[in-house]
Order: sequence, then structure tokens, then C-alpha cells
Amino acid sequence: MSSGNDRALDDCEPLLALHGVHKRFGGLHAVNDISFAVATGSIKAVIGPNGAGKTTLFNLIAGNLPVSAGTITFQGQEIQGKKTHAIVRLGMARTFQNIKLFHGMTALECVMVGRHVQSRCGFFAGLFNLPFTWKEERASRARAMELLDFLQIADLAQVEATSLAFGQQRAVEMARALAAEPKLLLLDEPAAGLNIYETAEVARLITTIRDMGVTVLLVEHDMSLVMDISDEIVVLSFGAKLAEDTPANIQQNAGVIKIYLGEDDAG
Amino acid sequence: MTIPCIPYDLDLFFQYLFAGLTYGAMYAIVAIGFNIIYNTTGIINFAQGEFVMLGGMIAISLMTFLPLGYAIAAAVLITMAIGAVIEILFIRWLESPSVLRMIIITIGISILLRESALHIWGESIRSLPYFYGNEVTTFNLGSVHISPQVVWVIAACAVMMAGLSLFFKATPIGREMRACAANRTAALLCGINTRNMVTLSFMLSAGIGALAGCVMSPITYTQYDSGTSLAIKGFTVAILGGLGNSLAAVAAGILLGIIEAFSVTVVPLAFQDAIAIAILLLILFVRPYGIFGSSEAARLKDF
Repeated sequence: MSSGNDRALDDCEPLLALHGVHKRFGGLHAVNDISFAVATGSIKAVIGPNGAGKTTLFNLIAGNLPVSAGTITFQGQEIQGKKTHAIVRLGMARTFQNIKLFHGMTALECVMVGRHVQSRCGFFAGLFNLPFTWKEERASRARAMELLDFLQIADLAQVEATSLAFGQQRAVEMARALAAEPKLLLLDEPAAGLNIYETAEVARLITTIRDMGVTVLLVEHDMSLVMDISDEIVVLSFGAKLAEDTPANIQQNAGVIKIYLGEDDAG
Repeated sequence: MTIPCIPYDLDLFFQYLFAGLTYGAMYAIVAIGFNIIYNTTGIINFAQGEFVMLGGMIAISLMTFLPLGYAIAAAVLITMAIGAVIEILFIRWLESPSVLRMIIITIGISILLRESALHIWGESIRSLPYFYGNEVTTFNLGSVHISPQVVWVIAACAVMMAGLSLFFKATPIGREMRACAANRTAALLCGINTRNMVTLSFMLSAGIGALAGCVMSPITYTQYDSGTSLAIKGFTVAILGGLGNSLAAVAAGILLGIIEAFSVTVVPLAFQDAIAIAILLLILFVRPYGIFGSSEAARLKDF
């Protein structure tokens, strides 16, 4: 959209592109004509006051909710209307604002469930545990351990995931998302509920993930995190796009300052 | 309240104990069938008893041209296929149905299966032959006489428990079913087709029910409507152990079996079924989350 940034976004086709996306819940226009693109290998953040439609937008992209109008393109393929698990299979993984781990499973098992889309063996091989499945299972276990190690929680692999501390649960969730080897990672408020040290750690992790070749789209309230790591920021207000620009320009944007510093119509 | 007294005759005591264990193991298997579907879908499949009946009936029919072992294996596979078809026809296409609606649907399915069985097999009471020996064969443990079929029932229950826990613990599909049970949204976002997992849980429950129907058939006999009372007992046991907890279901099943067996020393035999219903009501009033369950875990479920 804006041309003032130093990245040549037009060089390659964007990994994810939204065109005129709408979502209505009855009379409520939760997402109103949103268009933006996420360039391959970038970190893009979606910000906005509470109720601006950020999580709804994520749910539309991941296929948890059907769009009312508009198109969502992922790797050149239209994905609106596809089933969630099919979209995940195309290479998109996400984490949640409210952590959703699997009750009764160890951290390692949770991450191994994330490997599901990487599994090559079919239904019956999986059911009867043919040697091929065992081999794949070993590889999957090794990769899951590697990811837990990357997130510095390898020593907690055998602990029941839902009994871990909050920050650690978030790390398990991130490992689970990465286990799918996604091209695009959607992070829904990765720093919510974390202290400043943990937030700094999350910032480091997200940039490392980007450097590993995973494109990141995040929703976040923590402005310092967003400003530090994002290549571009989209600002939502009442379901509509207010601005899209680099962090430096967003900080100068009068409209954005207005909704955040709160006039009488702010959330 | 009368406390069931231990018979003075110790041999009689063990005889009752083994009868209790046998029936308890059967109830446990039916209860596990309830639990598997409950865990992946949050619904109680009231047609579970009919799966047990179908397994027995199909095996009995196949016995005319197949040896016993093959007939049982084929009956289990056919019942699994029926379970899958039922799920695909009646459950799969529903978008987030309410619990009440699901209960009514599964009760409808159970009536449908029962009436179909009546048309196919008639009202006659049938049974599979004893797997080893016949109804008078016993082997003696001290002075206690035990039918070999009792050993088959208990062994089938034990093997099934071991097989299921291995399946859920050590295979990718088992792990994905657990993931689907624990958090369906998150499972979807891991790329798991949760609808297929529901179909699979119906197949698994149907197969377990059918196997139970085969091993118990020589002892309890099989009739088109024998599923109903088993479903009530199985449901009681599933509730008693705490819905969704299969290990507790085994303990609860054996508990109910033993209570029933010893109840004949204090109340007439005809009241045996009333005991299970009384326990079910009592548990639903006092501890609806089961004797081994916690109220906290129960609150996380829909039902």
C-alpha cells in the first residue's frame, strides 16, 4: 500500500493477501472491507483497540469462521471457504490468545500432535503401527524435542502441558505450531500475560523464527514488542483498516494516536 | 439398610466373587465403548448396547459357514463398518448440535438397530457356543468351579484395556484422538480432520462392543433386545467411574458386578436389575461426576 518503506514488497508475490474481506455477525459489521498483504519472510503485526476485530480477522484467515465477502489468498491459492484442517495442511499454523493445549498430554505429546500435517503415512498404517510408522514416529519425536529445545523447555518435555507455568505453556503452544513446519505462523497475542523479560524473550524468538524462513503475522497489544520487531503494521479500528505502514510511520500517524490516546469515541 | 453379608461358606463366597467379576468385566467393556465416543464428541451414544447385540448376532449367523474365530473377527469388522455408516449418516453432517439433540438421535438409532435386528433374526434367543468346552465344563480353583468362558471374558476385557491404552498412548492416531477429545479447536488447527476422528471413535466403540457381545454371548445369550439392559448397566458403570475415564470404568464395572452378585444373598434375584438403576440414580444425585472423577474436571465438559 504505502511506498515509503525500504522493502520492495512488489518483487515477490505476497504469501498471504486479503482483498475486501468482510465479516458480519447479524447486524454487527465485525470486519469491514479489510485488504492487506503479508510479504514472504516478513513480520507483520495487526494492532487496534479491544473489539477492533483482530481476533475475528485471525479466525477468518485460519478458516475458523467463514468470510461474509472478499477473498483470502495464501500462496496464490484462494482459501476462503476451505476447512481449517485443509488450510493448516497448506502451511499455516497459529497460536491462541487463550492458550489451548491438550489436557492430559505431556508437552512432548502436544508438540507431536502438531507434527500431524507432516505425517506421510495413511490412516491404516497409522492404526496398525507398521514399521514405517515407527520410523516416522521416531523422526517426529526427535523434531519435537528439537523444537522444545529451541524454545528452552526441553527439560519439561515429560511434564503434563496444562500444569506448566503460563509462559511455558505459551512456549509449548508455539512449539506445537512450529512442529507443522508452517510457511506462515499466526500468533494471537504472544506476549499477553508475560512480564517484560519474558516479552523480550518472545521478541527474540519471533525474529529467530522469521530468520528461519517462517513468515509471521501477529496480533499484539504490547506496543513495544510490535514496534521492535514488525516490518509493517496494520491498524484496525471498529473492524475497518485505519492505517498500514512501517512502525516508525505508524507512531507518527495522527489517526492512530487519536484512537490510542482515546478521544470520546475510543474503545 | 442391610449390608450384604458374606456367605459363611467360603467356596460360595468365591463363586459369587467370580460371577461378579465376569459380569463386571462385561459391563466395563460396554462402559468403555460409551467413554470412547464421549471423549471425542462429548455425547453419550445410547446405541452402544445395540453394537454389543449386533456383534453377538452377526457372529452367530456367520458361525453357520465360518469357524468360531473367523466368525467373531468378521462380526467385529462388520459392526465397525455399521458404526462408521451410522456416524456418517446421522452425526457427521450436524453442525455443533446440542447435547439433547444428540441424545435423542442416538436413542433413535438404538431403536432403529433393535427393530432391524428383530426383522432379521426374529425374537428367538441365540448364543455362540462356549469357546472352550461346553456349559458344564469347569476347571477347579481349589474347590471353586469356574467356567472357561469366564476366563475368556476377563481376558478379553484385560486385553482390550491394554490394547486401548497402548493405542491411545503410543500411536499417532491414538494421540490425535486424545487431542481431539481434549480440545477440538486446537486439534483442527493442528491440521487434524476432527470429523474423521469422530467416525473413528464410532468404529472403535462399535468394534469393542461387538467383541464384548461375542465373548459374553455363551453366558448371557443374545436376543434382538438384549442391548437395552446392557446399555443401562454400561451407562451406570460409565457414570459410576466418571464419564470418559476408562480405567475407572473397569473398577466401577467390577464393583457393580460384585454388588449385583452378592445382592442375591439379601434380595431376590429379580431385583438384580433394580440395584443397578438404584445405584445410577444415587450417583446422579450425589456424585454426578463419578466416584473416581473430580467435580472440577466434570465442569470442563459440556455434559
